[in-house]
Amino acid sequence: MEIKLQAILPGQKLMHLYRQMVLSREFEEGCAEQYTKGRITGFLHLYSGQEAVAVGATAGLHHEDYILSAYREHAQAIVRGSDPRRVMAELFGKSTGLCKGKGGSMHLFDPEHNFMGGYAIVGGQLPIAVGLAFSSVYRGEDRITACFFGDGAVNQGTFHESLNWARLWELPVLFICENNFYGIGTEVHRSSALASIHKRTCGYDIPSEKVDGMDVIAVYRAVRHAAELVREQRRPYFIEAVTYRFRGHSMADPAKYRSAAEQSIWKSRDPIPAFAKRLLEESVATETELEGIRRECTELVKEAVQFAETSPWPESSELWDGVYVPDDAVGESDHV
Amino acid sequence: MSDMTYRDAINLALREELRRDPTVFILGEDVALYEGSFKVTRGLLAEFGAERVRDTPISENTIIGVAIGAAMGGLRPVAELMTVNFALLAMDQLINHMAKIRYMFGGQTMLPMVVRAPGGGGSQLAAQHSQSLESYFMHCPGIHLAMPATPADAKGLLKTAIRSKNPVMFLEHELLYNSTGSVPDDPEFLVPFGKARVMREGSDVTIVAYSRMAVLALEAAHALEQEGVSCEVIDLRTLAPLDVATIVASSLKTGRAVVVEECCGAAGLGGDIAWRIHAACFESLLAPVKRVSGLDLPMPYSSALEKLCIPQADTIIMAVRDVVNGRT
Ligand SMILES: Cc1ncc(C[n+]2csc(CCOP(=O)(O)OP(=O)(O)O)c2C)c(N)n1
Ligand SMILES: [Mg+2]
Repeated sequence: MEIKLQAILPGQKLMHLYRQMVLSREFEEGCAEQYTKGRITGFLHLYSGQEAVAVGATAGLHHEDYILSAYREHAQAIVRGSDPRRVMAELFGKSTGLCKGKGGSMHLFDPEHNFMGGYAIVGGQLPIAVGLAFSSVYRGEDRITACFFGDGAVNQGTFHESLNWARLWELPVLFICENNFYGIGTEVHRSSALASIHKRTCGYDIPSEKVDGMDVIAVYRAVRHAAELVREQRRPYFIEAVTYRFRGHSMADPAKYRSAAEQSIWKSRDPIPAFAKRLLEESVATETELEGIRRECTELVKEAVQFAETSPWPESSELWDGVYVPDDAVGESDHV
Repeated sequence: MSDMTYRDAINLALREELRRDPTVFILGEDVALYEGSFKVTRGLLAEFGAERVRDTPISENTIIGVAIGAAMGGLRPVAELMTVNFALLAMDQLINHMAKIRYMFGGQTMLPMVVRAPGGGGSQLAAQHSQSLESYFMHCPGIHLAMPATPADAKGLLKTAIRSKNPVMFLEHELLYNSTGSVPDDPEFLVPFGKARVMREGSDVTIVAYSRMAVLALEAAHALEQEGVSCEVIDLRTLAPLDVATIVASSLKTGRAVVVEECCGAAGLGGDIAWRIHAACFESLLAPVKRVSGLDLPMPYSSALEKLCIPQADTIIMAVRDVVNGRT
């Protein structure tokens, strides 16, 4: 029999998880709308469908733990604590954005919340996560580093190099692979000789497990447990969260390579209504309360859009800011 | 002042900075137990221990990535790439990550890290182990690039690099490791970036060079003096930041310039520097600026062929004669 939700987390916390998933979804759908209107430009990769992974995993970590991710990372930053208004402003390219309009959708960064970046080179964040974990050990800090990446990243050299290194140096890294079965249009079994990704870690002597990435509580429990192991043993651990993106790879992708049947099976497992159902069945919440949360999140996203819209563009005088740290030991670079 | 080799000067800089700042640590292939493939890190494991002098797997891209993460986490990593040729396996972390992170994250983080790499040709190591890749890095904003020519500069520039808050590529020349010179003992001796050194004053021609090419340029200048040609030799010390002011002032003074680079000439940094001189000094130039470059070839193994590919003192001498005699 399934354990009752309130035996796992107090009601308030459960409601918080629900709220974060709804906010993530609303935010992404709001982004889609703004993209269609031409206000968000460039590449836009949405997280709709995968919310249970970011929300469950973040809840299983401490706030001082570092998080790194790829380019599908809006929800991860927001769930971690980044201001949705500043995330939206970044997507609009405004000066009030998280990175002052220099990064855009794929490069959020928020050191205040130990969100150490979204990276657009597939697999690029893995070695950096290993280095951050090393800095924590070297400085005698208790924090661990959680590194998210997709099923596409596991065929990069950095994946193998980083897993080997993290185990060799005994570093507190929690690798979280979000297996949504596709890297753009390539299904996992067409890119990976061993499609069961978590099994790959035996080559690096790193314990691993597979978790249902459509179930926020399952992700939360797996990550909380794994994070404690990593924290106590100062060793890496690997979680494969099986999930699905409801939209195309990016806004430019109509996702023709996935059958309607496949999509509808996964949509029927949408993590948000599934969790709502449990909350109602176990009387953690009433329908009115859930409806209230949904309305509140819609409102927050509207506010974020409004904030982004009315924010100023970066001045051309900001163009050269932030390439180098002004540094007395080193002369200013020559920008002829 | 103490006389020492370029290798020992680098070793001393590492040692002093490891002593001074507990956040400095060294990582790289065979840097600890084996003491470096060019023995630059000799004795460091013994003095500072395995926590701070760390051997890594042969994973160049991840060596740089780990250094980036460690720098982001508040440390000051000094990574050694066994040779600059292997930087090509790390170009993703060097160019797509190290050089970009501060800017693309809106200036919210910094990467105080150094990547040391020996390089250059002339040891008959053939095509895959003889490259001069400085133009690759100079082409990329977000990186500082130091290339010392002398033991004193090797020490002073490396110490500045380690204390800098920005990522620095520090390229050492394999043929200079055994060269000697006097080096200040002062542990606070620092050589600033972006300040070229006039190695020798002269009035007829300016020779702009860096690293081993500066040593050869000086040799050429001595020989040319016998012919009555007075050369001013500029050692750039850092290619980024580039000391355009010193290059321009000297070129205005002499009215002639030769730019020497060890890397291949095609799209090489010498073309960029020559253009800067033309743009700033066109009216005052007595002759077009001349370039001396490595040949656009994969490096051949045979000594008979290799020496043809790398600028020699003689090549520089001929170029100076051409400029002085108005031959282009
Ligand atoms: C090194 C590199 N190669 C190719 C790309 C182009 N690209 C962007 S996303 C992507 C697919 C990645 O899939 P996955 O890791 O599963 O992440 P998901 O998009 O499913 O979240 C590819 C090939 C890239 N950004 N970086
Ligand atoms: Mg995927």
